[in-house]
Amino acid sequence: MITITRKIEFSASHRYDNPAFSPEENRRVFGKCNNPHGHGHNYTLEVTVAGEPDPQTGMVLDLKELKELLEREVMRRMDHRHLNFEVPELAGKIPTCENIAQVLWELLEPKITQGRLHKIRLYESPDLYAECRRNGTGGA
Amino acid sequence: MSAAGGAGIEIVLGRRYHFAASHRLHSAKLSAEENRRVYGKCNNPHGHGHNYVLEVQVSGEVDAATGMIANLADLDAFVGREVLESFDHRNLNEEVAAFRDVVPTTENLCKEAYARIKGFGAARLLRVRIEETGNNSFEYDGK
Repeated sequence: MITITRKIEFSASHRYDNPAFSPEENRRVFGKCNNPHGHGHNYTLEVTVAGEPDPQTGMVLDLKELKELLEREVMRRMDHRHLNFEVPELAGKIPTCENIAQVLWELLEPKITQGRLHKIRLYESPDLYAECRRNGTGGA
Repeated sequence: MSAAGGAGIEIVLGRRYHFAASHRLHSAKLSAEENRRVYGKCNNPHGHGHNYVLEVQVSGEVDAATGMIANLADLDAFVGREVLESFDHRNLNEEVAAFRDVVPTTENLCKEAYARIKGFGAARLLRVRIEETGNNSFEYDGK
């Protein structure tokens, strides 16, 4: 099995606030991320697809198609957006790295038809990321 | 279906920390000559140092109320207290009891960091990865 990883970057703003919590609770749990005016990050998304190279083309998948898929599903949806207000898939969820990664997995997984989505890793900053992967793949 | 992902996916949180420390690679089980041969420049009696990067991976259910596997502030405080306070700006051989008789290679640093972080209660520790330099990294998952 070969894995192939494509990386994209997008910028977005967000705020952590749970309407079920009191203002004090929100500040205590979410700290600076609860700032009412929001804040933003440069996100980096790594998408890893696994499969066997096609004997005709030598490729697991056409990277151009993956690039177009990521443009359509991720960039247009999230780049230069406010994640709390402009991304319907995140409605009602706190837009943490964990939740965004899970939404991205659910968007991308059914649309990858050459090979199989193996792992996505979403960096909020170089020192913080969330990763989604298939159970049992144990990936490092 | 788990709250974390459903459809058989696992969600992992990765966090990187930075610390600077000095060490000397020297084994009491080897002769002076063997130590020089095995460890080369790292056997310099005066020690040397690195800017280490410690990457911690934890997994668990995503709490629907917070959207988090574990509150980052709690993880940061735990790793800070258990690892960074005793490793950062220290001489690992002289100031960390675990390395009195154990050579502070990055392999052994990984094992020590893993043992110290394993007790973090809010999520399951999957692995630690330590970069000794931008060109060398080591991982340990407790197995």
